[in-house]
Amino acid sequence: MKKIVSPMAGTVWKILKSVGDPVEYGDAVVILESMKMEIPVDATSQGVVTKVVAQEGDVVDQDTVLIELS
Amino acid sequence: MNKLLIANRGEIACRIIRAAQSIGIPTVAVYSKADEDALHVKLADEARFVGGPQAKESYLNQEAVLFAAREVGANLIHPGYGFLAENAEFADRCARAGIVFVGPKPETILAMGDKHRARQMAVAAGVPVLPGSDKLSDDQEEIIAAGAKIGFPLLVKATAGGGGIGMRLVERSEDLIAAVTATSGLAVRAFGDGAVYCERYVRTARHVEVQVFGFGNGEAVHLFDRDCSVQRRHQKVIEEALAPGLSECTREEMARVSVNLAASCRYDGAGTIEFLYDAERQEFYFLEMNTRIQVEHGVTELVTGVDLVAAQIEHALGRDVASALSQSAIKASGHAVEARIYAENPSRKFFPSPGKITHLSVPHMAGVRVDTGLVSGATVPPFYDPMVMKVMALGQTRSDAIGLLSSALSQIEIGGIATNKDYLRAIITHPKFESAELSTSFLDAHHDELIAQATSSSEMAKA
Repeated sequence: MKKIVSPMAGTVWKILKSVGDPVEYGDAVVILESMKMEIPVDATSQGVVTKVVAQEGDVVDQDTVLIELS
Repeated sequence: MNKLLIANRGEIACRIIRAAQSIGIPTVAVYSKADEDALHVKLADEARFVGGPQAKESYLNQEAVLFAAREVGANLIHPGYGFLAENAEFADRCARAGIVFVGPKPETILAMGDKHRARQMAVAAGVPVLPGSDKLSDDQEEIIAAGAKIGFPLLVKATAGGGGIGMRLVERSEDLIAAVTATSGLAVRAFGDGAVYCERYVRTARHVEVQVFGFGNGEAVHLFDRDCSVQRRHQKVIEEALAPGLSECTREEMARVSVNLAASCRYDGAGTIEFLYDAERQEFYFLEMNTRIQVEHGVTELVTGVDLVAAQIEHALGRDVASALSQSAIKASGHAVEARIYAENPSRKFFPSPGKITHLSVPHMAGVRVDTGLVSGATVPPFYDPMVMKVMALGQTRSDAIGLLSSALSQIEIGGIATNKDYLRAIITHPKFESAELSTSFLDAHHDELIAQATSSSEMAKA
């Protein structure tokens, strides 16, 4: 199982993928808001979304798992 | 009995608390869930929790801030900058709650916050605005006349356009008709509306601003100017006072019209008139008026010796500030440069870098002023602005100030988060900055060298 984690502390602003969606390397999967900036979180590997861990509005620390891929 | 509540956080909250303490006024900090261990909470005489970590739950939460003020018996609220600082509704609510808002009257905030009205007020006060035409007709002679009035080079712009789309640069009068026809045609296809107008084109644009202080009775003074041209994504990065390279005649004229504008709206307290300065034509045009204390007020304080924040508070209390701040008593000496330290990583596309401060060392150096809300062991939360420290240096000359600032930046140590400290040093030691060849595109124009320089010096520091 592959995990996509938050690159920094912030607030989950938008989740761009749902369970079952295919994800390519480099695709933006989540948009984080940190220090008044929108930060796209890109997939670091490819696969199919098996679980969306984060919810919009969640406050996350660095390295928090946001999405799991098959 | 006076009591000042500071409706802000970070370095500016600390700065306001210190100013209030210097004139013997007790202070109240407000803080969010994310700022429980913040410096401003420790510095103030009292502190009140106002809500959750997101700004809208706390620092932007008017209800909670006003409730805290009533609870502690504060008779003054200083909004700092950002958050509620230019919120006319909040200023009005303070007044209705019997609390003095440290800032101009709500109607002034409202008027200056409206681009169109602000421009009309500027024109009425004799402040130059960027020359432009109304919507052009089909009449060729009229178009040529409009072009001649504005001067070349100029831009032909589509009324419905934006963000650079539907815009054409015209260098010579003989090319104007063709450009208008082409832009109009393109605008019809792109926006379904062929209306176009002309506007003066500024090849080398600088951001220059004038600090004013109004006494609320139609009298105002200026505290000279600042250059804030070095910006990244419209965020100021380096500021200095006075603006280098202005002729005395331009400087005086800019100050004169700024005082006129502040006087004409019976301005209260500290304000800033921002200008676009055309370095080639040596002309300036009104951009906007900021009805608050600015981030970069410190460089003006360094060269004039005036404590602007203390003056704001005293004026709000109805004390006489005008005698100490008479125009003839305000003098500028030396040169001050400020660098803004942001919690961001220049070598990773300037990604924000919130986190825990594991180590902090700030040197005490003559001529150097550091304003910050950072403290070792505290956390820089991800919910607010990334600007965490302002480092200012005052020298006899501009080059002295730059040298001192560079040395201060190299001695400051901030552990636990990434900062743009080395990028700032790369900027101020760049030959084009040293020779004051400033423009608002400075950071874009020198992007690669600055990043390379910053990256190599931070790697040297690690080695």
